[in-house]
Amino acid sequence: MNLNLNHNLNLNHSLNLDPNLNLNLDHTQNHSTPYGVYILVWLGLLTLTAITVTVAGIDLGNYTLFIALTIAAIKSYLVITIFMHIKYEEAIFKVFLLVSGMTLLIIFVLTFVDFSYR
Amino acid sequence: MVNGIDSAKTKSFYEEGTTKKSSGLASWLFSTDHKRIGLMYLVTISVFFCVGAIFGILMRLELMSPGETIMKAETYNSFFTLHGVIMIFLFIIPGIPAVFGNFFLPLQIGAKDVAFPRINLLSYWIYIIGASLVLLSLLIPGGAIDTGWTFYIPYSVRSGSNISLAIFAAFVLGFSSILTGLNFITTVHRMRAPGMTWFRMPLFVWATYATAWIQIIATPVIAITILLVILERFFGVGIFDPALGGDPILFQHMFWIYSHPAVYIMILPAMGVVSEIIPTFARRTIFGYKAIAMSSLAIAFVGYLVWAHHMFTSGMSDTARWIFSLLTFIVALPSGVKVFNWVATMYKGSIDPKPPFLWVMSFIVLFSIGGLTGLVVGSLATDIHLHDTYFVVAHFHYVMFGGTGTIFFAALYYWFPKMFGKMYNIKVASLGVLFFFISFNLLYFPKFILGYMGMPRRYYDYLPQFADLQLISTIGSWLMGLTLILIITNIVSAIIKGKKSEENPWGGVTLEWHTSSPPPLENFEVIPEVKHEPYDFSQLEEMKHGS
Ligand code: HEM
Repeated sequence: MNLNLNHNLNLNHSLNLDPNLNLNLDHTQNHSTPYGVYILVWLGLLTLTAITVTVAGIDLGNYTLFIALTIAAIKSYLVITIFMHIKYEEAIFKVFLLVSGMTLLIIFVLTFVDFSYR
Repeated sequence: MVNGIDSAKTKSFYEEGTTKKSSGLASWLFSTDHKRIGLMYLVTISVFFCVGAIFGILMRLELMSPGETIMKAETYNSFFTLHGVIMIFLFIIPGIPAVFGNFFLPLQIGAKDVAFPRINLLSYWIYIIGASLVLLSLLIPGGAIDTGWTFYIPYSVRSGSNISLAIFAAFVLGFSSILTGLNFITTVHRMRAPGMTWFRMPLFVWATYATAWIQIIATPVIAITILLVILERFFGVGIFDPALGGDPILFQHMFWIYSHPAVYIMILPAMGVVSEIIPTFARRTIFGYKAIAMSSLAIAFVGYLVWAHHMFTSGMSDTARWIFSLLTFIVALPSGVKVFNWVATMYKGSIDPKPPFLWVMSFIVLFSIGGLTGLVVGSLATDIHLHDTYFVVAHFHYVMFGGTGTIFFAALYYWFPKMFGKMYNIKVASLGVLFFFISFNLLYFPKFILGYMGMPRRYYDYLPQFADLQLISTIGSWLMGLTLILIITNIVSAIIKGKKSEENPWGGVTLEWHTSSPPPLENFEVIPEVKHEPYDFSQLEEMKHGS
């Protein structure tokens, strides 16, 4: 369902915003996630944090950073999909996030081409 | 598609505003109309360009002869830093998107405004705040920043000048850039007029769209880097400074992860403008529309993969050096695609060499020199010799000033009648391009030779054997100063007392030419319905009858 930005956010100024500008702002309201899921995700995040802290104490050499970043990535994924409701959004938002995420990944990989071979 | 506008009846956006009063300073400063915001950016950015140019000319005066000429070494250090910071962060990064993107992106896709007009005004104000912070950092005790515009560690952590404030200004300016990008992406996705499919969008829109993506994705990296430097300066956290256990090369990585994509923020919109001007003045539809549109996206993407070519002599790993050198060569491909398509567009066209077209010709020459010498410094072996010499200074002036700067003028001269409804003196304008081309080469070409001979950048003094070429370059800077005065007064006097221009003096066919000049507040009387390809000149007849 599309709703017009004009009515809901009162973002319009004396020019009326174009009615073509439809943002699916109410999408998420239609898919309210049960509280149980939130709590589960929260517990999951806590567990992952605990793992990060524990692993930080062990000397794993080159893998330390890799593991820490992987755990951080999983945590961000959970937060973005569930807490930030991206799961229920239009495909275009997912594409945007994917492009940004991939760019970040490429930046990390290329930076490590330097650090790992120095 | 034609709106049948009777310009005598329509009120232009100058006569009708979004604020209560339609004239006076407040009606501009608080206007959410994308056209007024674009014009405010035009004025502000032009002022900063002039300030930056004055710094440049003063530096050239210092370099006129060996030894101290007009300033001390420390002053020179602050001068090149300020010149760089102003030209990069206040002129060339916001330049074309903030002025012409704001003004023409909604017009070209048949929208009434951008998606978030208030955020648009906010981005202007953030720009003003950032610019004021730069100026403030000059005035308060501590002294003007002297690190060069790249703020390299460890000097930027140890120097006593007002670095924290100056780089915080760059941080603030970043937000202005991000908000503009956000606005443009949303506008392109959501506000296109009926019939304006993706592949009917003018190429300037494609270029600005690709740029907006870089603005959003890359700018946060510089924000983070700046905050880390400030943390390090205030709390001694050892992130970059080797004395504190940090890694100075990490700073260079993070700086260029933003600043290299940023050079595409500078050049992509300029390439978009070129793709508008060439079809209009060759009266021929663009050759390879899709290839040009897609090459913008390709450049935006590949632009992320090459940042470390600025760091070949920094001490990073050899593996990284050759990988980045290889990747750098890939960027030449999509750029080449564009140049070949532009040239192919002109083939068998009926060319009308008006000033905007002449600017574009000058662009193609200067930008090609800049781009090809980019390959020289992009290959590992030659860069070891040329890094941090005047060769690099010449190279980046050719791409930034000869490329984007030239097109800033081209865009101004192309869209001037649309923005102001008036016309400048065509003869003076054409002469301006010629003088610009001559003085530009006089000013910067000697720097290639100087660099090759070993003249390092960022020095206020030099060995006697460099004196002749340095003098030629300084003479070039005087001519450049005079030329800029000519180019700018032509525009200013046309704004004040220019003759009324025809509605569509160049015979352009993209949507901005389908409305009156200057356009009404909401751009079009009736939202246009798009039935043609963007550069289909068969519409011209139809347009004439319609209006
Ligand atoms: C009147 C026009 C201009 C003149 C006379 C001029 C001259 C100069 C000179 C003499 C230097 C210092 C070279 C050195 O000692 O290393 C310099 C540096 C620089 N210029 Fe320009 N320039 C002009 C316009 C521009 C424009 C339009 C841009 C950008 C769009 C620009 C960007 C830069 C940058 C980024 C630096 C490097 C600053 C640094 O080393 O940190 N310049 N310019």
